[in-house]
Amino acid sequence: MNKKYLIPILIFVPLVLLLGAGLKHDPREVPSPLIGKPAPAFTLSRLDDPTRHFSPADLRGKPWLLSVWASWCGSCREEHPLLVDLAQRSDVTLVGLDYKDERADAQNWLRQFGNPYLLSVSDPDGRVGIDYGVYGVPETYVIDRTGVIRYKHIGPVSPDDIDKKLLPLLHSL
Amino acid sequence: MLAGSLCWADEAKPMAADPVLEARMMAMAEELRCLVCQNQSLADSHSGLAIDLRQEMREMMAKGKSDKEVMDFMVARYGDFVRYRPPFKVNTAFLWMGPFVLLLIALFVLYRFFRKPRQENPS
Repeated sequence: MNKKYLIPILIFVPLVLLLGAGLKHDPREVPSPLIGKPAPAFTLSRLDDPTRHFSPADLRGKPWLLSVWASWCGSCREEHPLLVDLAQRSDVTLVGLDYKDERADAQNWLRQFGNPYLLSVSDPDGRVGIDYGVYGVPETYVIDRTGVIRYKHIGPVSPDDIDKKLLPLLHSL
Repeated sequence: MLAGSLCWADEAKPMAADPVLEARMMAMAEELRCLVCQNQSLADSHSGLAIDLRQEMREMMAKGKSDKEVMDFMVARYGDFVRYRPPFKVNTAFLWMGPFVLLLIALFVLYRFFRKPRQENPS
């Protein structure tokens, strides 16, 4: 091959690979700076019984999923059957963070579509959501037995997300 | 995910507040990105999250937090992407300097191209 083609090819091929890899990323996804940090503390009242409360510290000693959802959220309806299924077929603990929602609407929603959660807490003004860097529901956090956030999934989970990312991670923690 | 159409929904006017504080908050909000409408600043966006975050900033400043403390608060929760202007760090050096570096390379190549007369290969 004529040598003068070599340099452009040496520039072009890695560039194509780099840009191709870049295209696989969702540019709207914002990586969380909370990975590897302790899950922000909170005490919120429970959705099922406002006189009772829950804090992440209550679940120290085992890994769990924090699932941010809302009755007004369309994408949450997409992933919900998968969470219900996950709760039924595994011993994974799911806790719901009901984000900027009305209690009655939220309770009706769970009654209608199923409740995979050990419990849900109410975050009516979204303040806890801000501490967790929530910017679009649904979002799912994997929290380990020492209370550290190990992974965050943005958007509805797919069966592959559950079987190939969340479950293996939870079992390894 | 929160719908992009929320970016243009109308917002109720904030209750009567300290105008100096409000101006300071809005100045900072212009330096922050709305995570929902990612091409808008927190100052311009009408999305629910932007309204919440502006309120959070208002309250922090009213409690006496400095601009740096408010910025650190946002970055701790949302990462560097929340800064509308990317900070100049090791991992953004390429982003900032890349265009200039590429321009210099292109100019150099042009310089070489025009300086030496092109040699015809003997056929």
